[in-house]
Amino acid sequence: MFVSFWNKLSINQKLAITAWLFLAVPIAFYVTIRFYPTFEAFYVSTLKWNLLGAKKYIGLRNYEKIFADEDFWLVLLNTFKYAGVGVPISLFLAFIIAYFLNEINRWHDFIRALYFIPFLTTAVAMAWVWKWFYQPMPIGYINYFLTSVGIPAQPFLKSVHQGLYAIMAPAVWAGLGFQVIIFIAGIRAIPQSYYEAAEIDGAGRWQILREITLPSLKPTVIFLTVVSTIGFLRIFDQVYSMTTNGSGGPLNTTKPLVLMIYEFAFDEFKLGRAAALTVILFVILLVISMFQLWLMRKKP
Amino acid sequence: MNRYMKKPIVALAAGIVALSASLASAVEIEYWQYTYGSRVKAIDALIETFEAANPGITVKHTNFPYADYRKKVAIAVSAGDGPDVVQLYYGWLNDYRDSGLLQPLSKEAFPHASIESEFFPMVSTMKVDGDYWGLPTAVRALALFYNKDLFAAAGLSGAPETLDQMVEYAKKLTKKDSGGNYEVVGYATDGGAGQEHHFMREVLTRLFGGAPYSDDGTKVTYNDAAGAKALKYLTDFQMTHKTGASGFMNRGQDAFKAGKAGMVLDGSFRINTFKKVEELNFGIAELPGHEGNRYNFASYWINGISSKAEGEKLAAANKFLQHITNDAAMQLWLDTVGELPAKPAIALTDENQAHPYFGPFIRGLGYATATAFKSEKPQRQAIIDAIDMVTLQGVSPSDALNKVAKDEQEVLDDYYDN
Repeated sequence: MFVSFWNKLSINQKLAITAWLFLAVPIAFYVTIRFYPTFEAFYVSTLKWNLLGAKKYIGLRNYEKIFADEDFWLVLLNTFKYAGVGVPISLFLAFIIAYFLNEINRWHDFIRALYFIPFLTTAVAMAWVWKWFYQPMPIGYINYFLTSVGIPAQPFLKSVHQGLYAIMAPAVWAGLGFQVIIFIAGIRAIPQSYYEAAEIDGAGRWQILREITLPSLKPTVIFLTVVSTIGFLRIFDQVYSMTTNGSGGPLNTTKPLVLMIYEFAFDEFKLGRAAALTVILFVILLVISMFQLWLMRKKP
Repeated sequence: MNRYMKKPIVALAAGIVALSASLASAVEIEYWQYTYGSRVKAIDALIETFEAANPGITVKHTNFPYADYRKKVAIAVSAGDGPDVVQLYYGWLNDYRDSGLLQPLSKEAFPHASIESEFFPMVSTMKVDGDYWGLPTAVRALALFYNKDLFAAAGLSGAPETLDQMVEYAKKLTKKDSGGNYEVVGYATDGGAGQEHHFMREVLTRLFGGAPYSDDGTKVTYNDAAGAKALKYLTDFQMTHKTGASGFMNRGQDAFKAGKAGMVLDGSFRINTFKKVEELNFGIAELPGHEGNRYNFASYWINGISSKAEGEKLAAANKFLQHITNDAAMQLWLDTVGELPAKPAIALTDENQAHPYFGPFIRGLGYATATAFKSEKPQRQAIIDAIDMVTLQGVSPSDALNKVAKDEQEVLDDYYDN
């Protein structure tokens, strides 16, 4: 019966069915591994649930509690600080490095590899090394250097003002390699004829950079902005590894949203509250991704 | 039946009988604790004596790193897996109990009257809603570790006896370089991390005439004049006396290990860590007192029976729990791990009290309180935050305590809401 049904189909129909059959596997995988838990999170966010006991439906109480919690607003601000300061700095540095790296031919590959290595290193291992760099005298390298040139030792991770930026630095450094590679690829994809034409017209170096290189890199910049924004909004490993007891201290001034989710879920076993925070993070990331699609759709 | 068939059938029958006999008596229970060299060794030794005394019961011992411990237990038991007998920090009892991870100890196997007459009174914290939920093998108290070489170099002969002396000694012990950076700290503070939040809550607050919580445990009460004095005393080491900074050499215990700290607070479990450092010549003293009073903080790990144990396994689990909380186990734990026996009769022997290392801790147990934590981590964080507010933001001690008392009160309210 199946065979006769199959034989009646046109070639296009057969192709479509075969394609769907193959697609069914990844779709089933995504639905069960990605989408189902995502929707489950929406449901859990309306519960009071400690992972083991009975689930109690409490409507939007979790959200009310989160919005009434002043720590949440501090944590949200921290999260946007990581992204808002980290992304421009890392993009700026990555572009400068890529721009000049593209100009040199000697040792180009070697230097590029050097920039890329931190990207391959485990974030936790790196965070611990940086944590030791930041130690006060007599064991912290950075403070040792500062005091040897006459600058007073800085508290870094022990400060409510410097802590967040001290944690951001290794995150920026680690992401740099990836961004440099993408920028170099973007720069090399710009047709050489543009530059030749500009030179013939007598454009200067600065003008070429401003009028040709940067505008042509717009898709690259948008891509990197979105990817690294999402990366910084989800920062966790560095903060967890570099702060005392992994608490995002001092006084929550370095705590990002993901760490707060983790604490609610696995330290206090408030699964509902954690799920509600996850939904909030989801919405933030969704809005940013939509914004990216909107930007990409517009012609340069 | 021909003769070729007879023998195999007899053999088979014998086999079946043997197998069913062993099935009937073989019970395997699982014991979980976190990985800590000497604890693992002690439990292995106890399992050996237990299995010898109880043929037919085997105990499978599983341990994994402290950092994942709570999560793994919670997730395993909720999946119907995991331990029958489990070790947990006493401060986590309510988390575990509320989550249905534990079952109450049976009154027949563990009569309340004998628990109450034999164990230290602090164990009563483990009695909730008329049932005991776990028993400790050992208890811990705090004491002051001091570096004898640094003391001698500063012209000090013994540990400080009072809070005022502690400040005076810390000042004498502190050394700084020309740039004002610490080379040796007099008192290695951890900014409330490690054991220091206990010192603030249960020792300093009481020494200045206050109490951390109301008697029924429902209200935070350290945000008063006594608490403010206590917090000021603790933060003055960093702020006014400048005898140390949180984070120096990473943690207080690291600074002390490196011989860069005159004094540090810690528990008896740290004795073995410091003993391993050959160049470190240290002494241990009772925590300093104030106006003739002394207080201490005691804590312990309990062994409870998980909600998954039933029938034969439950009977075996009861036996095993009795075995690891008996007198012999307690002495073994003291000798192997360095934690103090949970029964006064074993702990308070003349020999133990006079011991140069264990003695100060054991004497401290006599006047120690164990905080009845509702949720340990946020409650610990409250004290750390108060110290940070004073040392990093210049908030007054009483304002800082008012703020964190509100946070901690929410934790208590949350618990009593349930």
